[in-house]
Amino acid sequence: MGKVIVVTSGKGGVGKTTSTAALGAALARTGQNVAVVDFDVGLRNLDLIMGAERRVVFDLINVVQGVAKLPQALIRDKRIETLYLLPASQTRDKDALTEDGVARVIAELRQRFDWVICDSPAGIERGATLAMRYADEAVIVANPEVSSVRDSDRIIGLLDSKTTKAERGERMAKHLLITRFDPARAARGEMLGIEDVLEILSIPLIGIIPESEEVLRASNIGAPITVCGRDSAPARAYNDAARRIAGETLDMIVPGEKKGFFNRLFGRRAA
Amino acid sequence: MNPFRLFRPVRSAPVARERLQILLEYERRMVSQSALITTLREEIFAVVSRHVTIDPERINVSIDRGEGFSTLAVDIEIPNKAAARA
Repeated sequence: MGKVIVVTSGKGGVGKTTSTAALGAALARTGQNVAVVDFDVGLRNLDLIMGAERRVVFDLINVVQGVAKLPQALIRDKRIETLYLLPASQTRDKDALTEDGVARVIAELRQRFDWVICDSPAGIERGATLAMRYADEAVIVANPEVSSVRDSDRIIGLLDSKTTKAERGERMAKHLLITRFDPARAARGEMLGIEDVLEILSIPLIGIIPESEEVLRASNIGAPITVCGRDSAPARAYNDAARRIAGETLDMIVPGEKKGFFNRLFGRRAA
Repeated sequence: MNPFRLFRPVRSAPVARERLQILLEYERRMVSQSALITTLREEIFAVVSRHVTIDPERINVSIDRGEGFSTLAVDIEIPNKAAARA
């Protein structure tokens, strides 16, 4: 039985889709079977970020409505053979997703894959609540910026009340993924620091992705950052985050922090 | 004007942090309060409807938060005919 993870944030544009693709590819490269599922009905983009936009035939709603079988809708990644994409519908509206239908599709995905990673739409409406509904764990993507942190707090509240896990009285494991972090600005006090965000949201940190030109480059060419920018700082940070999701314990690398003499001397706070 | 201000770097992050802490403390309280009201409404409905037939839409539960204490107001409309059932 696979594990279902929702990648969510409340606010749009913080990096949910980029993170879903990057984490999915990183997990799949270890040989495990991974499905990434786009829940953003009407505004799908995971297909584009994965470079599979021209291979979409059937989508999540077709499967939910029984028009297509799950294997017909799954698109196998061209680079990593254990990575699959279930795209969202671009034409239907989000009301076509039903709670029962989504439950069935998630149950089937859980049987076939080791990891099912659900890319949530922004907001707190139906699409977002359905994406998180059947998850075992959540990755909350946040930028070190006030509106993103506020929305993350709302999403944490929903994860603790509107998911089947919460309704059964179980605890939903939540991991914070901070993206677009600019260490230089944080050091100058121009951007919320990692510890500020952690203190406010008080959920465990799974990774810090530095702001990087590589992320745009990856989306331009349609490959997850962990595939095309292997040695870049964001790719390494996503790879580490994926390993932590899989249960490994790794030291957290804070971008921009060098363990040099100067920093030790002045004991700079672990940003 | 303090001339030293000109040389001090602009540290806006502490302002962001403080604003967020104040705001989220308030918002979390509001969310938990609305959850409390929902629970109270459901349970009050269950108790009252054991004795009289009432419309779940006609129950109004509200909490008025004050300085020293808060007030819980419960307003239930009972149709005259139904009241006889008890």
